[in-house]
Amino acid sequence: MNLKLKSLKKSLWVYHVSGGSCNNCDIEILDLLTPRFDVERFGIILAASPRHADVLLCTGIVNKKCVERIKEIYEQTPKPCVVVAVGACACSGGIFRDGYQMAGPFDKVIPVHIYIPGCPPKPEAIISGIVKFLKELK
Amino acid sequence: MAENKKVVVPIGPYHPLLEEPEFFELYCDGEEVVDVEWIAGYNHRGIEKLSESKHWDQVTFLVERICGICSTSHPIAYCNAVEDLLGIEIPERAKYIRSIIGELERLHSHLLWVGLAGHFLGYNTVFMWAWKYREGILDMFEMITGNRNHYAMLMIGGVRRDIEDEDIPILQNTLSEVKGKIQMLTEAILDDPVLSARLKGIGTLTKEDIKNYGAVGPVARASGVDIDVRKDDPYAAYNLVDWKVITANNGDVFDKAVVRLLECFESIKIIEQCLSAIKGKKGEIRKEVREIPEGEGIGRHEAPRGEVFHYVRSDGNTSSPVRHKIRAPSYVNIPTFKASCIGETISDVCIILAGVDPCYCCTERISVYDKEKKKKIYTFEELVKKSIEKTEKIKKEIGKEGKLWKKLF
Repeated sequence: MNLKLKSLKKSLWVYHVSGGSCNNCDIEILDLLTPRFDVERFGIILAASPRHADVLLCTGIVNKKCVERIKEIYEQTPKPCVVVAVGACACSGGIFRDGYQMAGPFDKVIPVHIYIPGCPPKPEAIISGIVKFLKELK
Repeated sequence: MAENKKVVVPIGPYHPLLEEPEFFELYCDGEEVVDVEWIAGYNHRGIEKLSESKHWDQVTFLVERICGICSTSHPIAYCNAVEDLLGIEIPERAKYIRSIIGELERLHSHLLWVGLAGHFLGYNTVFMWAWKYREGILDMFEMITGNRNHYAMLMIGGVRRDIEDEDIPILQNTLSEVKGKIQMLTEAILDDPVLSARLKGIGTLTKEDIKNYGAVGPVARASGVDIDVRKDDPYAAYNLVDWKVITANNGDVFDKAVVRLLECFESIKIIEQCLSAIKGKKGEIRKEVREIPEGEGIGRHEAPRGEVFHYVRSDGNTSSPVRHKIRAPSYVNIPTFKASCIGETISDVCIILAGVDPCYCCTERISVYDKEKKKKIYTFEELVKKSIEKTEKIKKEIGKEGKLWKKLF
């Protein structure tokens, strides 16, 4: 394991990207920070800028108007970074798959490392997904 | 528009916190906001068109995914619309269950708002506490419907799942627990001199403004307009239980918070009555609907943010709506920023935008442009920081915090 990866694993700073979602995954992500789940005990905190982030948590379908901005956000994130698609919409398009405004799902626009399905995934599922990935990371 | 105004501050469309991406531009003269523009479309998913390609029953689950916070408001309004088209009355038990779900949702949505408003004012403890209490309500949801959000409870003609008798005492217990917590939060907020100094008199909307912009929900009720679909055009079980519409008079952000907090108690009252009405009784929970004839119908529901309106039209041959029109409350509430933000300072804008409850969301990335195209980027954090700084300043000026706050935190 190189130094970059080693330091990445210690404390994850997360930036949340919403590409046109119904807010539910977004709220569950926010819920992770509040007392019941409290991911800060693992060193995970929300970053206010993609330039400070190690992880991009992506929710929602990718709206045609958002595509360029999402690419921009991915380019701004320092590498190596982990991209997590949270929720059915981000993984596959979900119920909006056939919509005319659909430009995604996320893996069509930026490389995605973890898929967490569910509509919305429970906070426990999101934590479990990230923990599994970190264990695999070498 | 930008030429004759000094500084343009775009807000959005991305934010680390919550809700849909929206995009605002503030035109500023120094610290003072002189104009606001709203650019939408970052969250457009083409739901009305999609709904025309889905079966009548599937549309219930599609409209549920319009919004994750009011995820039962849209299905209720849609089912009301289709039932209006069919001209049927749903069974009484289904009516009570619909009301329970609708009011539980109002509780969780208002608590969510209180938490975030606290966060933007620099009271992070409020954020954590309010969201902690909210978990109790989500547990109730999980118990009744099987999911924390996106309950999938509604169907045309009734509801999909029944509330079991053995669950009711647990629900009642959780509810009274949550009631105590909300009581504590409400007293703390109403008592706090810093919050009064910070929130009173900013973002004021007069009765005239409300009527001109057609605002709905808690925003309108905080200005003394007692508009509420649950009273004006009762559906579900709202005419079978005893409750009242909460209004306030000043129309500022403080009153909007007060209206939301007091509404929580009305919601609890409604849920308690509904639970005791269905306790120990058996009954149909849905009416079978086989065909949707030609015709059109409208349905309304008082969502946590105001009136949701759905219109559906059927041609009698296809198994999906020919036209489905949706109007959400934020659509009419957002333009009120023109009346509430202008003349205020940038540090107050954060909470004024938040006061309407569509859009803390949007305040993520702010960049200030001035005439000579010099650019300064404000991040969302800086905006919140500005807001927090102001709270701290007021705290110092007043020199004390509310007694209750000290007791609580």
